[in-house]
Amino acid sequence: MNAIPLKVEAPVALLAELTHRCPMRCLYCSNPLELERSASELDTATWIDVIDQAAQIGVLQIHFSGGEPTVRKDLTQLVEASTRAGLYSNLITSAVLLDKDRIKELADAGLSHAQISFQDVDERGEVIGGLPGAHKKKLEAAALLLESGIALTSNAIVTRHNIDRVQEMLDMAVALGARRVEVANVQYYGWALKNRAALIPTPEQMDRCTQVVAAAREKLKGILVIDYVIPDYYAKHPKSCMGGWAKRFLNVTPSGRVVPCHAAESIVGLNFQTVKEARLADIWYNSDAFTRYRGTAWMPEPCASCDRKEIDWGGCRCQAMALVGDAGQADPACELSPFHDRVRAMAEAEARDGVDEFHYRQFQ
Amino acid sequence: MAERLIVREDMVLGFPRHITFRHDDARDRWVILAPERLLLPDDTAVAILQRLDGSRAVAHIVDLLAEEFNAPRQDIAADVVAMLQDLADKGMVTP
Repeated sequence: MNAIPLKVEAPVALLAELTHRCPMRCLYCSNPLELERSASELDTATWIDVIDQAAQIGVLQIHFSGGEPTVRKDLTQLVEASTRAGLYSNLITSAVLLDKDRIKELADAGLSHAQISFQDVDERGEVIGGLPGAHKKKLEAAALLLESGIALTSNAIVTRHNIDRVQEMLDMAVALGARRVEVANVQYYGWALKNRAALIPTPEQMDRCTQVVAAAREKLKGILVIDYVIPDYYAKHPKSCMGGWAKRFLNVTPSGRVVPCHAAESIVGLNFQTVKEARLADIWYNSDAFTRYRGTAWMPEPCASCDRKEIDWGGCRCQAMALVGDAGQADPACELSPFHDRVRAMAEAEARDGVDEFHYRQFQ
Repeated sequence: MAERLIVREDMVLGFPRHITFRHDDARDRWVILAPERLLLPDDTAVAILQRLDGSRAVAHIVDLLAEEFNAPRQDIAADVVAMLQDLADKGMVTP
C-alpha cells in the first residue's frame, strides 16, 4: 500500500435546516421531494447541543435555514446559543413571517446577518413562490431588518421568467439598502429538479444575464457586492460543490440526520446517521456518508487524471446521481463528462420549449 | 443611493455588525467572517486589523505600525490604505 493518509480538515460551516415547514411553495426549492414533518423535528435542547458540538469541532459559521426557519418558535434561543458559542449566524429566510418584534429579538440575540430571497422585482414573482402577497411582506421585512442594524443580502432567484429583469433586481437590492446580492440562478435539485423544464433559461438569456452582472459589478463597486451563480448545465467546468464533499460543510436536517449537503439524501446507497445516534465529530470524520466521496481517491476518469480535480472536486455528487444515475461519476456539468452534451442539449430543449407546468412544493 | 467609500488617513474605520474578525482557536489562525465568506488575512493584514478598533484613525494605525516594524511611514501608509480600500469595497470595513 502506498496510499497517503488523507488529512481531514474540520468543517467550517453548519447548515441547520430547522424545519421543512414553510408558508411559501417555491417551485425552485432545494428541499427533497419527501419533506420531513413537524413531528419528527429536533427539539430545542438537541439543537443547542448540536450548535455547541459544531463550535467545538471547528465550525465558524451557522446558517439557519429550512423550510422557513422562522416557523420555529425557538429560533431566537438557537441564535443566542450560536452567539454564545462564538459562531457567525446567518438567517436564510423568505421573510414573510418576520415582524418588528421578532426582528428585534433576533437582533438582540446576536444574529450576524440575514438573507432574503426575492423571486422578482414585484408581484410577478409570486407565481414562482406560490404565496400571494409575499413580495410586499419581503420588502417590509427587509426595511425592518436594516433598521434594526442587521445587514442584508438580497438573494435574487433567477429563472427564465425573470432573467431578463436581472438589472432591475440589482437596482431593487441597492434601493433596499442591501450591501450584497446573490444573483442566484436556480440550482436543479429537489423541487427545482422536478420543475426544471418550467424554470431553466436559454443559453442566450444566460449570456445576456452574465453581461448585465459583469457591467453592474464595475458600476456598483464598493456599493453592492454581487455574487453570481449560473446554472451549471451551461458551464464548461462543474461547480466546486460545497467546496468539496465533506470538506467544509455539514448539514443537519429537521429530524437530525447529518448529511454532507442539502441534497445528499437523494444519493441511493449512502447511509446517514442522526445526531441522536452519534456525535457530530464521529459522523464528520468516520461515517460512511462523509467519507465515501471525500478527497480524490474515489474518483474515476475523467476526474482521476484531471488537473482540476482539487479545484472542483469532481463537481456535484447529487447532480451525477440525478443526471447520470451514479453519484460516483463525474458531474455531467463538466465538459469532459461523456454525458455533458446530452445534458446540455436536454436543458436547452427544455428552455426552448418553455412549457410552464408547475409542481408546487408541498408535503406528500 | 449609497456611494463608494474612498479610504483616507483621517478616517476612523471599524467592522460593521455583519463582519467578524476573530481568532480561530481550532486552527490557530485569524479569520474574517462575512456573509457566506471566510477570509484568511495574511500577517500584514492581521497586524492592521488588530489595530482597527473603531476609535483610531487610519493615520494613527499607520504611525503605530511604522514604529513597530521600523519601516518608512510612506510605505506602510500605502499598504494600509490599499488593504482597507479593498475591504471597504467588499463592505467589510465602514466608518
